[in-house]
This record gives sequence, structure tokens and C-alpha cells, in this order.
Amino acid sequence: MSNQITISDEQIEFLLADVLAWYGYDFTGYSRASLRRRIHRVFGLDKQVSFAEFRYKIINDKSYFKRFVEQITVNVTEMFRDPAFYKTLRNLVLPHFGTYPFIRIWLAGCSTGEEAYSIAIVLKELNLLNKSLIYATDINPIVLEKASQAMFPMSQMKQYSENYISSGGIKDFSSYYSANYSLAKFGDELKSKIIFSTHNLVSDHSFNEFQLILCRNVLIYFDRSLQFNVLQLFDQSLENLGYLALGTKETIDFSPITKKYKRLNTEKIWRKQGERV
Amino acid sequence: MKECKALIIAGSAGSLEVLLKVLPDLRTDMSFPIIIVVHRKQGADFLLADLLSARTKLKVKEVEEKEEIMPKTIYIAPSDYHLLIEKEHTFSLDYSEKVNYSRPSIDVTFQSAAEVYTNKLACLLLSGSNADGVNGLETVTHYKGVALAQDPSTASVSYMPEQAILKVKIAHILKPEDMASYINSLNQPLTVQ
Ligand SMILES: C[S@@+](CC[C@H](N)C(=O)[O-])C[C@H]1O[C@@H](n2cnc3c(N)ncnc32)[C@H](O)[C@@H]1O
Repeated sequence: MSNQITISDEQIEFLLADVLAWYGYDFTGYSRASLRRRIHRVFGLDKQVSFAEFRYKIINDKSYFKRFVEQITVNVTEMFRDPAFYKTLRNLVLPHFGTYPFIRIWLAGCSTGEEAYSIAIVLKELNLLNKSLIYATDINPIVLEKASQAMFPMSQMKQYSENYISSGGIKDFSSYYSANYSLAKFGDELKSKIIFSTHNLVSDHSFNEFQLILCRNVLIYFDRSLQFNVLQLFDQSLENLGYLALGTKETIDFSPITKKYKRLNTEKIWRKQGERV
Repeated sequence: MKECKALIIAGSAGSLEVLLKVLPDLRTDMSFPIIIVVHRKQGADFLLADLLSARTKLKVKEVEEKEEIMPKTIYIAPSDYHLLIEKEHTFSLDYSEKVNYSRPSIDVTFQSAAEVYTNKLACLLLSGSNADGVNGLETVTHYKGVALAQDPSTASVSYMPEQAILKVKIAHILKPEDMASYINSLNQPLTVQ
């Protein structure tokens, strides 16, 4: 690592300014340490030889720009990641919606969809799936394309099944997919309740009102002030008494919305308190 | 070392026992932060913080993302995230691919810290069974920081410090009983205003 060409902080700022000017994607509020690492990584992976060429390619080659975005945003995800979180969702959050005529859920930063299918499975087991709709969004069209195929590597299924069981799952996990060579294909019933679409948390607006918003392991990539803006966007998009769920290491503390919310037990889930009259 | 702005202690299998031995003898007016990155199973993070804080009067806490890094404090990298350091001396967490089959990866934290603290960084690699941390130490020396390793003959799993000594110019090879006094010697008494 240390002997390779290093891209300076200043060059990174140039690149971010280019990307904003030419494509309208604003990464300037992202945490620099992670961004630097990702930019170096794609520079190395693609065997780029000079910063000038790399920059030129990003500006002039739209398909390379797509790759650049795919590589600098971290897409790692899992089904039923943090089983304790899903257990709380199953036992304490979703049952509140039992009497609602319709449940709208926004999953922001859904990556390749593992989380969306996990939530659909829990909804199904609670007999809520029929009246639910999950809006799963991400900045990156490439991951959404993968997500809509509902196919994940078979090699992951053992781990996912273990996660599912420790999250309180009551069925045989393998009943949710059919094995197709090295891929596990999840059923259409789950997929029919998920809408995958692009949405950029930095620049796009609120598009509906939800009972539950989940955004896990996305805010860690943003600096504090961008985090606050995004939390405000969530607040505008959440019904009174709705729930907001973040990743294990994320919080709404210190943000302007915190006083309207009450935290649920030990998970990173908050409930919006009704307006006082 | 002229001035130490941060010390990172990292390891894998067999490193906890070393930490438990070293912590009680550290000065409590430490002029720099101590950041601990150890490989371990997911969850139960509070256990490690509890274990360590029972051995020292220094403040021990698990890292929170975007938190300001303060002296006189021992920070523990949470499990299952990479730990990065920002230019403005705050922590960032990153849930990207594992590096050397590890998350947190020691290489990732050493490299990120080296870019920020350059020659004012000391990194100590303890006992462990893989080579995570070795490339990171290389980067630390590239930025003229101080690379340290546990004496492999004292490590319950010697592979990690052995690899470090083989591949990187290590400034001091330390036995556990000598670590605290070495670390204390890096302390710069805070100047009285
Ligand atoms: C680490 S993944 C999190 C996946 C999943 N929520 C989880 O916790 O497992 C982060 C995702 O956030 C997306 N992302 C990054 N910046 C974004 C933005 N400005 N708007 C929407 N999504 C974004 C990335 O494309 C990536 O898919």
C-alpha cells in the first residue's frame, strides 16, 4: 500500500468537485477517511497509473463514473444482520401496525436488497405482508438492479439461516428460496411487496409518509452536518408515532430531531412522539 | 520519539492477557489517547470495555463514530466495523469488506492513523495468529512513526509479531513486563498554562 501512488487530499477535493459539477452527485459531506480509502482502492483495482488520467476518465466516461460510484460507496450487507435488531423489530415494533389498514416502510440505503427481503420475511410471518409496501432505495442503480433479481449466493445461506433463527424466525429458512445452482432465488411473494428505486439521501426530497424508516450503516459514511440533514429528511417523512431505525453504531443523539423521539430498549430504534396539543 | 500524539495497541489471539497485564501500570495522566484494536467475536463489546476498565483508572470506552479523540482515554474499536481516523482527530467507522479476513482490520486502522498522525504515532502489535497489522506497521514506518512488537517468545501465539519483525523495521521489541514503562516514557507532561 505505502509504496503505491498516493492521491493527495487536495486531489480528492478536486475529484469531488468534478463529480458534483458534471454529474450532480454530491460526496463533499462524506467522511474523508473512508472516502480516501475507497478512492485509493478503486484507483489500485483498476490499475490506474496517474491521477490526471483517472480524473479524466471519471469526467468523460459515463460508464466508468458509474463504476466509480459503485466502488466508493460501500455495499456490504447481509440478511438478518444483527439478529437482536430483527428480534426487536419482530416483537416490539411491527406488531404495533397490526390494526393499521396499510403499512408503508422506507428502507434507505438498501444496497443489494438482503435487508429488504429479511424485513419482508418478518412481515409475512406476522401476517402483515399483504398490507405492507417496502420502498427500498439507494443512490446506486447497480446494486438496485441486483436487488430486484432476488438472488443471493447459496454459500451465504447457512449464515443467513443462523441469523434468521437467532432473530426469532419460526420457519425453515430454506422454504423461502429455491436453489438454482450456486444461487438462492427468493419467492415472488416477497418481491411483490418491495419497490426498488434510486433515491439520493444528499439531494433528493421526501417522497411519502411512512410508519417505519430504516437506514442502517449509511450515516457512518457522512459527516455530522450531512447526518443532521438526512435525519431531518427522515423526520419529515415519518408519521407521528412512527419508528426510525439506524445501524448498531449510529445515533440521533446530538441531532436537532432528538427531542421529538424516544428510544426503544437497547436497539437503535426511536419512536416519534405525537405533537403535544 | 519526540512527541506522541496517539498510541495504537493491536492484536489477535492471546493479546487480551497482555493488555490485562499492561494496563494497571500505565500512568493516569497520559498525554495521548490509547486506541485498542483486537480481533474478536461479534457482539458482547461491553464485556471487553468492562474487563479493561477494571484494570486502570484511565477512562475506557468503546469508540462512537464521529467522536472527538481525547488524551487520557483508552478507546476500544467496536467489533465488526473498521476503525478509521479523520484529519480533525475524530473516529469514523466503516462497514466495508473484511481485510485479512478481519473486521476490524488492524492494517486499516494503522494505515489510516499513520496518514493523520505521521511521525507522532506509535503502534504496538501483540500476539496473534495471522498477519493482519504487518502491512499497517510498514505504513507507520513509511510515515516515520514508531513500530513496536511484542517479543514473540513471550506471545501465546507468536505468528503475528514474528511476521512484523521479519518484514518491518521494528523500533523496539517488548516483553509484556516492559511495555508499561516504555509507554509511560512516551508521555509528555502537559505544559502548565
Ligand atoms: C454498507 S451499505 C448498508 C446496507 C444495509 N442497509 C445494511 O446495513 O446492511 C451502505 C449503502 O448506502 C448507500 N448510499 C451511500 N450514499 C448514499 C446516498 N447519498 N443516498 C442513498 N444511499 C446511499 C450505498 O450505495 C450502500 O448501498
